[in-house]
Formats: sequence, C-alpha cells, structure tokens
Amino acid sequence: MFDVEFLLQGLRISVPYVLAAIGGVCSERSGVINIALEGTLLGGAFAFVLASHGLGSPVAGLVAAILAGVLVSALHGFITISMRGDHIVSGVTVNVLLLALTDYGLKTIFHSASNSPRVNVIGADATGVHPFVLAAGVAVLCVHVLLRRTVLGVRIRAVGERPEALDTLGLSVVRLRYTAVLLSGLFAGLGGAYLANEQASFTSGMSAGRGYIALAAMIVGKWRPVPAMLAACLFGFAEAFQIRLQSHGVALPPQLVQSIPYALTLLVLCGFIGRATPPKALGVPYDREST
Amino acid sequence: MTLRRRSLWIDAGAVAALLVVAALLIVLAGGSPGRVWARIVNELVLSPYGWAEALFRATPLVFAGLAVALPLRAGLFNIGAEGQLLVGSFAAAVVGLAAASLPGPIVVVLATAGALAGGGLWGGLAGELKRRFGAHEVISTIMLNFIAAAVTSYFVVYHLAMPETIRTAELPPGAALPRLSDVWPAVRGSSLNASLLVAILTCGVASFLLARTRFGFRLRAVGLGPGAAEANGISVGGVHLRALVLGGALAGLVGVNEVLGYRHYFLANFSNGLGFMGIVVALLGGGRPLGVLLAALLIGWMRAAGLVINDLVPREVVDVLQAAVILAVLVVNALRARLGAIPSPAAPSGEPDRV
Repeated sequence: MFDVEFLLQGLRISVPYVLAAIGGVCSERSGVINIALEGTLLGGAFAFVLASHGLGSPVAGLVAAILAGVLVSALHGFITISMRGDHIVSGVTVNVLLLALTDYGLKTIFHSASNSPRVNVIGADATGVHPFVLAAGVAVLCVHVLLRRTVLGVRIRAVGERPEALDTLGLSVVRLRYTAVLLSGLFAGLGGAYLANEQASFTSGMSAGRGYIALAAMIVGKWRPVPAMLAACLFGFAEAFQIRLQSHGVALPPQLVQSIPYALTLLVLCGFIGRATPPKALGVPYDREST
Repeated sequence: MTLRRRSLWIDAGAVAALLVVAALLIVLAGGSPGRVWARIVNELVLSPYGWAEALFRATPLVFAGLAVALPLRAGLFNIGAEGQLLVGSFAAAVVGLAAASLPGPIVVVLATAGALAGGGLWGGLAGELKRRFGAHEVISTIMLNFIAAAVTSYFVVYHLAMPETIRTAELPPGAALPRLSDVWPAVRGSSLNASLLVAILTCGVASFLLARTRFGFRLRAVGLGPGAAEANGISVGGVHLRALVLGGALAGLVGVNEVLGYRHYFLANFSNGLGFMGIVVALLGGGRPLGVLLAALLIGWMRAAGLVINDLVPREVVDVLQAAVILAVLVVNALRARLGAIPSPAAPSGEPDRV
C-alpha cells in the first residue's frame, strides 16, 4: 500500500500547498497577511492555460503564470501597503475578484462556463519525478536561505516585527514589503501553473480552497519555510492516503479526511501543539506619522 | 477646495471609474454597453419581477452582512459566516424534518430556532477558542468554514440524502413560507418570500440592540477600546464570545430563506461564497444595520442584473464589478484618510491583529 507510487502521488498533491505556503511565509514575515493566496493560485492557473493555449508552449505558460501571480499580489500589495487598507478585506476581495475574472475569461476567451480546451503541459521525467516537485523543493530551500542567511531576508523579517526600526535606519518599509509580497505572488503563481499543468486545462474555481490549506500549513509551520513545507506535505499525504484507501475499497468519508488540515490548524492556533507566534507587526499597516 | 468638496470628487471619481470598468468588461465580452443597460432598465428597473428577484437575492445577504457587521463593532472580523450559515441552514432542515408531523407554523418556529442555534453554536466555537486559548478569530473561522462544509455535507451524503442527490428530504408543505408570487401574479416565478420581512425586522432589532441596550453598549465599547472597556469592568473575552455567537446566529438565519422560503430542503454546500459576500455587504454598509440593509439591496440588485444580462454578456461582469466596488471603497477610504477628512471606518479598531 505504501509504495513509490504512493510517495509520488503524495508529493504531487503537496506541490501547490508547498508553493503557496512558502509564498505565504514570505508575505507574512514582512507583516502582510496574505489570504489572497487562493486568488493568486487561480490567476496563475488561468495565465498558464492562456499562454500555453495561445503560444503552444507550456514554458510560456509558466512564465505567464509567474507574471500573473506577481500581478495579483501587486494588487494585494497596493491595497494593503500603499493604501494601508485592511489586509483581510483586501485578501478576501482579491479572491472574489480572481474567481470572477477567471470565469469571465473562461467565457469570453474559451466560450465555456466550466473549462478550457486541453493545452500542452510539462510532463514528468523518466524516473516519474515531476520537475515541479523539484522546483517546489528548491523554492523552499531558497526561501529558507533568503530569510536566514541574507541581508534582504533579515530585513524582511525585521519589517514584519518592527517596521519603525527599519524606517529609522533609512530603509524603505514600503519597498521591503512589496518585495516580500511580490515574491509570494511568484510562488503562488507557480503553484497555480502546476494545478493547471496537472489537469492540462483550466476549470472554473480550480484552486478549490488550496490557498486556504496553504495558509493553514503556514500557520502549522509557524511562519517558517521548512516546517511550513512539512505541514503542507502532511496535508498532501493525508489526502493521498484517503484516495489510496478508497481505491482499496475502504470507504473513509472523504469529507472527514479533508477536514484534517483545518482541525489540525485549530489545534495549533489554540496552542495545543506549541505556541505559534506570528510576526509582531502582522496585519498592521505602517504609517510613519502614527509611530 | 474644502475637504467635503474634495471628498465628493473622490467619490464621483470612483463611481466614474467603476462605470468605465463595467463598459470595458462588456465591450471585451463582445457586448454593447447601451444594449446591456437598456436590458437592465427594461427587465429590472421597470419590471416587478426584476425587483422581486433583486429583493430575493438581497435577503440572505442581509443576514450574512449582519453576521459580519455586528462582531465588527466589537472589533472582531467574522470571516466565518460561510460556515455558520451552512450549519444554521443544516440545523433548520434537520429540525424541520424531525418536527415534520407538527402543524406548519410550529415547524417554522422550531426550524428558525434551529437555524439560530446551529449558526450561534458555530460562531460561538470560534468565540470560545478565542476567549480560552487566544486563537485569532480570522484564522479559526476560516478553518471552521471548511470543517462546517465538510461535516454538513458528510451528514447529508452519508445519512440524510435522497437517493442520487446531495440534499435532504423536503420539509412538509405547511412549513413553506408564503411567497409574494402567491398573492401578486405579476412576479410569478420569483422565489421572493416572507423571509425578506424577517430580514428587515432583524435589521431593526440589531439596530436597537446596538444603540439602546447594555449589551450593545458593551459591544461598541470593546470595539472602540478593549483596554478601556476591560478597565471599566467589562469582560472583553465574554463580549467577544457573545458577539460571535450573535454573528453566527444571524448567519444561521440564512437558513430561513434557504430552507423555509426557497428550496424547502438543505442542499450540501449551497452557500457558494455567500458568507464572503457578507463581508462585502458589511463593509459597504459601514458596519451599521441600516447600512447593511441598503448594501444588501445594492448587491442583490447587481446579482439580479447579472442574470438579466447573462445572454448578452457573461454574468461574471457583475461579479467582477462587485469586487471592484470593494476595492474602490478601500482606495476611497485611503484617499480620504490621507486628506485627513474622515478616519477610515473599514478597519476594526482595537488591538493590533494577532493572526
């Protein structure tokens, strides 16, 4: 029951969770709550299909997805950082917007209410390991190194804790937060590309709550990249396990298995699995005049 | 230019920008703005059926909007209306079915109580987790949304479903709320029902509760300054808990429209983002019950417009516009705050969010 096949399937399910979760880590460590991950995934997925369909190349799709992810997160950044709007309202609205925009695009460009035509995709290599799986692993490592070992990373972490301190050093709070938020868009856009790549098409609302699961993984991982990845994989493997059980005729209700990540996150929130301490300035718009 | 004048210019600019976005979306979808607007005027503004449909769509939005707006006054962000309205509607259907042999009006009362209790329970869960463990309500309610969707659909699919469906059995005909189309044939086909009156009444009650009762005062005191409220002997945790129970119960009332007025059964995962639209409504309504009523009307009207124009341009044009309206509100608030005219009303005040 637990073979290489299972391992690969678990990893495949985990990829979008991992990518979006470390995107969330980037953004939230800089102090910007990112509920918009869900919409960013959706935007990335749609852009992937659009470019792969229009240009025939999945690599073009990948580039488009990343650009779309960055664009969506730029909108979230504009509202939260530049306009000092409420982070949660902005995130929820961006999600509503992207769901509506992609459905609108589906109807006007592909003339369908449910799905796009099939497009070219990036396949798995000879060993069956998907390049996206590797990319996700590398991305986690990059974010880990970025946050731990680089000046930029230390500044991003600092701006999420004490933005006024960086301001007095003459560093731009706005620029640092934008950097972190756009970075999160890059990863979530990539995650969206992966979703569309797996199905070789775009279907309406295909992110299906994955952005929120990623948010959960980020919290369970306590806002750190490697633990967030592990939590994302835990959720992914739980899903793979349930699918595996079903194919063996053991009918564990999928609804109940799907609630595992959420229940686990509640436990973490309540401090049953160690205290999760968010960045101090998380969700607080920075206003130089009021400090 | 005076501040008020400038502020008006900002508003006018936002409305103009939204109209331009609407026209652009229509043209990009191959439609003509003139024809779309003509259609809206003919089939919505000048048609009783159109108004009935707009009001029908506004009804659940009033409940969802209040569910967000009242906790917001206590400084809490209730993202959980989506889950609370599912649990409330589910409870309404279960209670209604269990009491099916009783006379119709009694079933209606019991099912309504079920809706209030189910939603209140789900909201209270988030409140208790916050009070006891300090779990931030934004994250916990998001998680509880998914758990609510999973648990209610589990019960429906595995225990209560009619064969080949994902819905419960129908409630007895006597428990169906009267529809406007029963007495006014001009709106035949519209599902507008007596729960709109419940919604209006609830707005009135909520308004009274906030402005005239001790609980309402405490709610607002905690929202304006938790520290000062605590120092005055108000239990902040207790008020938070009660605010979320109240918000959840209000969200649960969506079940009155959904189960008693509209479908007469519970359909798994019927909500489809309704709870999130509640956030939009609460925000547009400035967190005030009367404002919520008006905002729900606007959004309900937009949704009805989406259906009316669906064969000319995709109705998603309207969905995009709904999101654009909120973004516009956020930007307008920011610009006004920059003018120093009006403090931003959108953000719940109080301690910095600990997400």
